[in-house]
Amino acid sequence: MKREETIRIQHLSIGYRAKHSVKTVAEGISDSICSGELTCLLGENGAGKSTLLRTLSGFLPPLAGQISILGRPLEAYREKELATVIGVVLTEKNNLQNMTVEELVGMGRSPYTGFWGRLSAEDKAKVQAALGLVGIVSLQDRLVQTLSDGERQKVMIAKALAQETPIIFLDEPTAFLDYPSKVEILHLLHRLSREMHKTIFLSTHDLELALQIADQLWLMARGRGVTVGTPEDLALDGTLDTFFQRKGVAFEKQTGLYRIEPSYQSEVRLEGDPVACEMVRKALRRNGIRADYDLASPTVVHAVFTPEGKPEFTIGSHIAHSIAELLETL
Amino acid sequence: MKRPVAIGMILLGVSILLLFFLNLLLGSVSIPAGQVWKVLSGGDVDNAIWQNIILKSRFPQALTALVAGAGLSVAGLQMQTVFRNPLAGPSVLGVSSGASLGVAFVVLLSGRLGGVALSRLGYMGEFAMTMAAIIGALAIMLLIVWVAQKVRGNVTLLIIGVMIGYVATAIIGVLKFFSAEEDVRAYVVWGLGSFARVSGGQVMTFVIIMAILLPLSFLLVKTLNLLLLGDGYARNLGLNVRRARMWVIVSAGVLVAIVTAYCGPISFLGLAVPHLCRGIFRTSDHRVLMPASLLAGASLALLCNLIARMPGFEGALPVNSVTALIGAPVVAVVLFKRRKEDTGE
Repeated sequence: MKREETIRIQHLSIGYRAKHSVKTVAEGISDSICSGELTCLLGENGAGKSTLLRTLSGFLPPLAGQISILGRPLEAYREKELATVIGVVLTEKNNLQNMTVEELVGMGRSPYTGFWGRLSAEDKAKVQAALGLVGIVSLQDRLVQTLSDGERQKVMIAKALAQETPIIFLDEPTAFLDYPSKVEILHLLHRLSREMHKTIFLSTHDLELALQIADQLWLMARGRGVTVGTPEDLALDGTLDTFFQRKGVAFEKQTGLYRIEPSYQSEVRLEGDPVACEMVRKALRRNGIRADYDLASPTVVHAVFTPEGKPEFTIGSHIAHSIAELLETL
Repeated sequence: MKRPVAIGMILLGVSILLLFFLNLLLGSVSIPAGQVWKVLSGGDVDNAIWQNIILKSRFPQALTALVAGAGLSVAGLQMQTVFRNPLAGPSVLGVSSGASLGVAFVVLLSGRLGGVALSRLGYMGEFAMTMAAIIGALAIMLLIVWVAQKVRGNVTLLIIGVMIGYVATAIIGVLKFFSAEEDVRAYVVWGLGSFARVSGGQVMTFVIIMAILLPLSFLLVKTLNLLLLGDGYARNLGLNVRRARMWVIVSAGVLVAIVTAYCGPISFLGLAVPHLCRGIFRTSDHRVLMPASLLAGASLALLCNLIARMPGFEGALPVNSVTALIGAPVVAVVLFKRRKEDTGE
């Protein structure tokens, strides 16, 4: 796979400098972010995700350490140059009135336009291309204030594409979206990283989706710095297991996903058809009963499919024909 | 430029010409339209008094209204964009209060300390008042610019501006208390605002200054468009937000300072006209809104001046009352209509 390091971070400390005090949010960050990949930044609220993004975008000076973008120190870029290297999608909601989608995406061309900001034919073509890549050509004449949150997010992504920067940072692009829109936006960003060979770095709270779609994960925890790796590597070495450790949440290595784990009151041994057993396990887990194949429990549930294809659950002498019935019996 | 935009601009231009002519035509002395035309084209007029009325009174007044309206509206648009606040206007940053403070100092203190009532000094007094207003307004503006470099949030800056305005008003109140009644009246009259006060020679100075400043303020269109997106996005697109904000405040502040110095505080035009233009042109692009505000501001100021001078009022109606009476409903109607359209979509 073709991947090139575009952002290198060395011994970076981030935070805020006030007049008499320094508030360090995270320190000792050293790693790199590559092009052609989708990198997701995960962490609890207050872990410093936004601060890291703001620092990498050049909005906030680092407290210590170096950031180099495309082989050049971040602070060596002038504002105008940086505008052609890094594009951002932010959480700040602009209350734009009477601006069309096409005009807003056109604003992404500002670093390239002249004194009055007039778009050339070439600029307009690039705006159309950006709208096409995100799949919102049909929205181009709509006013921004009439869009849904998901559509608006896509418009801002199109803006970043029109900006033609090799690097795009997104601060929680999936917040406030419904589930299908979250999936759509992340898929879109993943596709863009591959097809356009962009470096895409985003922060998100959507753990499950990030685990499935990200090429690289950046795990950020307060006071523990940053851990970087592919989702699979982090799963295998146990990092994910401990990272979001909370009562009631467990990391499942088989699927590489987190699931809700209640405290169990009793146990049940499973036997029979794997599909049927899986459903029983899921239903019982929800009810505080741990069910698995290799448990030494006296209670045994035998789950099978009858020749007619109907599920059948046997507990001792009882036979249940649905999960609901089974739960009642237990 | 798209066709509807061009048509709108032409209509605004025509309305200015029409209202300008009506300003010359209508007044307490009725002069036939043909004679007005003759005076303008430099022909012989039957009545020398008519010529005098038109050239010495109505023409300078109409010109002042036109230029002042344009300046205040452009300044209002810039303020609304930089503060992202639809209620921002030329007066919010205390710039016009600064002008008032300058005038109050000169008018009220000169009587008290120097023993001369400025209101009796005629032309020199007028000049001193103009200078005092400009100095007062620019001083407040520099203070605001200095604060703008220190604070990050727009709302904070806006509130500080409003506070400075209150302090200025309070100082004026104290000054008034210690001043001779005659001087207080002179100050109050100034405070009512008028396009008629500027006399012959000063009109040209005023028009020339504004003719230089207005095009300069147009240099900020791209900056203003970027500021619409919010600080973060503007910055990411290569804009130095702090510097941009400072320049917009300086531009709007100087425009307001000059207009206020010559005409007194004119309320509401600067607030209402940008809303009117957004309503008419349905855009937020400053390449359209700036010229539109300039034209619509000039046009509306001429209309207000015309109404203030309507036969029957005989100049008794202060321009400030007319601008508010016309401006307030305009803003209300535009906002109401927009709300209806937005929810209808």
